[in-house]
Amino acid sequence: MEQELLEIKEPTPLQETWYNLKKNKGAMTGLVIIVLFVLMAIFAPLLAPHDPVEQVIELRKTPPFTGGYILGTDDLGRDMLSRLIYGARISMSIGVVSVGISLVLGLIIGVVSAYFGGILDKIIMRIIDIMLAFPYILLTIVIVAILGPSLVNAMVAIGISQVPRYARLVRASVLAEKENDYVLAERALGAGNMELMFKTILPNCLSATIVQSTLGVGEAILSSAGLSFLGLGAQPPTPEWGLMIASSKEFITNAWWIVTLPGIAILLAVLGFNLLGDGLRDILDPKMRS
Amino acid sequence: MLKHIFKRLLLLIPTLFGVITLVFFMIALAPGDPARVMLGERANAQQLEQLREELGLDKPLIQQYGLYLSRIVRLDLGKSITSGQQIKDEISERFPATIELAIWAMIFASTIGIIVGVTSARKRNSWIDYTAMGGSLVGVSMPVFWLGLVLIMIFSVWLDLLPTGGRMNVRYYFQPITNFYILDGIILWIREGNSQYLVSAFQHLILPTIALGTIPLAIIARTTRSSMLEVLQQDYIKTARSAGIKERRVVFRYALKNALLPVITIIGLQFGLLLSGAILTETVFSWPGIGKWIYVAIGARDYPAVQGGIIFISVFFVLINLVVDILYSVINPKIRMQ
Amino acid sequence: MSEGKHTGDDVLVSIENLNFNFNIQRGIVKAVRDLSVTIKKGETLTLVGESGCGKSVTAHAINQLNPMPPGVVESGKIYFRDKDLLTLPKSQIEALRGTQISMIFQEPMTALNPVFTIGSQIADVYRTHQRISKKEALAKAVELLDLVKIPSPDERIHNYPHQLSGGMRQRAMIAMALASPEPGLMIADEPTTALDVTIQAQILDLLNDLKKTVGMSILLITHDMGVVSEMADRVVVMYAGRKVEEADVFSLFEEPKHPYTLGLLNSLPSNPKYRGAKRLEAIDGTVPDLLTIGEGCPFANRCGFVKDKCLKEFPEETKISDDHFVWCHHLQQQEGRV
Repeated sequence: MEQELLEIKEPTPLQETWYNLKKNKGAMTGLVIIVLFVLMAIFAPLLAPHDPVEQVIELRKTPPFTGGYILGTDDLGRDMLSRLIYGARISMSIGVVSVGISLVLGLIIGVVSAYFGGILDKIIMRIIDIMLAFPYILLTIVIVAILGPSLVNAMVAIGISQVPRYARLVRASVLAEKENDYVLAERALGAGNMELMFKTILPNCLSATIVQSTLGVGEAILSSAGLSFLGLGAQPPTPEWGLMIASSKEFITNAWWIVTLPGIAILLAVLGFNLLGDGLRDILDPKMRS
Repeated sequence: MLKHIFKRLLLLIPTLFGVITLVFFMIALAPGDPARVMLGERANAQQLEQLREELGLDKPLIQQYGLYLSRIVRLDLGKSITSGQQIKDEISERFPATIELAIWAMIFASTIGIIVGVTSARKRNSWIDYTAMGGSLVGVSMPVFWLGLVLIMIFSVWLDLLPTGGRMNVRYYFQPITNFYILDGIILWIREGNSQYLVSAFQHLILPTIALGTIPLAIIARTTRSSMLEVLQQDYIKTARSAGIKERRVVFRYALKNALLPVITIIGLQFGLLLSGAILTETVFSWPGIGKWIYVAIGARDYPAVQGGIIFISVFFVLINLVVDILYSVINPKIRMQ
Repeated sequence: MSEGKHTGDDVLVSIENLNFNFNIQRGIVKAVRDLSVTIKKGETLTLVGESGCGKSVTAHAINQLNPMPPGVVESGKIYFRDKDLLTLPKSQIEALRGTQISMIFQEPMTALNPVFTIGSQIADVYRTHQRISKKEALAKAVELLDLVKIPSPDERIHNYPHQLSGGMRQRAMIAMALASPEPGLMIADEPTTALDVTIQAQILDLLNDLKKTVGMSILLITHDMGVVSEMADRVVVMYAGRKVEEADVFSLFEEPKHPYTLGLLNSLPSNPKYRGAKRLEAIDGTVPDLLTIGEGCPFANRCGFVKDKCLKEFPEETKISDDHFVWCHHLQQQEGRV
């Protein structure tokens, strides 16, 4: 009896999360979608049947399933499928880079603010409150308008405008963790500030951040598409999905696929991250766990 | 209660001050010479000098900031570079269009969102619930501008049922009264007995309303559902049932009023976000509102206009949040009494 | 009315061989097994046991407030005033709730709806069952609050639950349960657990008074033997979904037979009979998991007198006297020898 008990190992948090995730149909669907898009992004040159920027003027606006173009061509005779596949590269990198920016800055600001408290915390939180007083899309637009329209600047703008959210989230969870026994114990053992902050406290407030980042990638993809649509993000001839929609506006009367397909690509990619994010929240949020 | 409102109003001042400061310095510290950017490469030195002086760019930054603040306090947002008009006037001319659209979008999103959320919660884990929640997840994953274009493609191009953009049939001789076209349509109908303005205004509103309202609809439906599920498990619902109150009444009176509390916060927040989401929707539907105006100003590098427009929307956003906060405490007796 | 056996003039409720399960993802929870209980007119019957023993599920099975699904009535019958409740349509159950079967709950904090005034909640119960105006209903609510001894009831009806103390809230709950025009059965689910000791005594007195003035039966659910001794006419002791002992209150306290009942009484500090004990004795071990529970006596794993037989089958009824029955192999042998 005792022998048996000893052999059952306590699963690590990662194993436990994975186990729960496998049972969550929505989250798994999301994960599959994301993996497919990531593979598409990585192997774009191998998968794309054509050069995404090559124009074949005589084959403009070829409808899908004709002349070897599975998804047709756009107004300049470029292969839609190839552009969509390459577009995955851009959208996935936008998502990852901008969330990376907000995550790193948000973590640093949040941890520092919560850990040191006092005046510093007050000033930081005040600035964050003010940034949150802006509607988020507007903040991104202002930042791009200042930095100048480009894909990189769009990523930076999206990243920066999301920093307050992460900072707040991290600060709240650090504040909650800070007073826990294990932190006090570490401190008593002589751990330094830096070590305490990033080695001990941080890993324990990651779950909320993970959920937020997953949902954040989807949101970043949407925002960047919006910025490109407004001409503030990617510039032609980049096969960015939002930009593809923008430049096809005039053709909704006679070439439905040019405007429809990039939108569906965005929808699917964002849906993937939202499904996974929702699933992770159900699993990781202690309130939902019963 | 009044004290609570007053306190919130006071707290607003530093936030507004911060917003204005942030916008000012972000634009002022932008790399490059605004005058050069505005006038383009071909402008000569004299033109540049003139514009710099006009904008106060020749003065030290701190002084510029002081001047800007003192003007803002007098509600003076400066002049637009492109049109030469007072930005204040340009905004007040276009704001009704934006607000009208936002209000309709919010009415659309709230009514349908709440109905869907409640139904989903009542039929938890049924196919209705799965469809509704799947649908709302798709709703929040969609690019608004794309949805707008697809709607135009289907309802204007293919089915030829609704106009592609604008607010009113251009062939009508239409003089706006309040600038809220539905309201104007009603007034004209009563005054002149002609309903064409109302009908046209309504037709023009349908697609932008759906496009702008879809994301808030999805979010409201999800919030209502989870809030309703939580409320339906509360003891007081059992109490109402044990007292023989009919199930419909238990759900729609006893549960809903409690479940709506968090939903109201979300509705308010979404309303504020709609104003900025309007920039995309208004562009797609050629809706002559503030969003489209800012879009054009960005394209024309009309910095004073961008600055003014963004400050205006942010201030409005902050005020909406305040109103929601107050509304929340009116509905929630626990806060009201404090 | 063919069910002659249960329709004796003095019987109000008769539960026969009730098996109630919850079908959850991990399996079947056998919450109540083979339970038979009768409640006579005008008496107070208490269901005693620790939490999770099935006492609340039993009570909720009467007015059908158990969530179904996952709850399922596996077998058994529940008669109330000759009506087979489990076969009645939902509308008739709703009509019975609050008129002939009313209920008060454990947590007065959460059992009243936070966003409606006390008065409107009570009035609403009236108006559900009687055709009277809002004003009349409110006047009746005032009368009821007076009946449950809430001071200045005409002011209190305008209060929200959070403005009342815990005791007041419980009184208001009772008032709501009394809004029924024809009191039959009041189910009181741990009505005093959440209250201070002094207020607890007041509420119990109030219930006892009302029982006489209104002429109702009370089904009292509690884990507190002190409450039992003050309120009960008869007591049913439940353990892990089973009835293990049933007796009139005097017999139970004078001659507790079942080892579990003994354990319960031993852990009661105030009972003079057990004052000699050196310390309060907790019962060793834990309640078995209702998901995996077998056919044997559920108390077997904690019982000092456990035998092989106890693990295999649930004992037959042993009659101690006309008013005292126990289900225990150990006692069966003992009594057999006498």
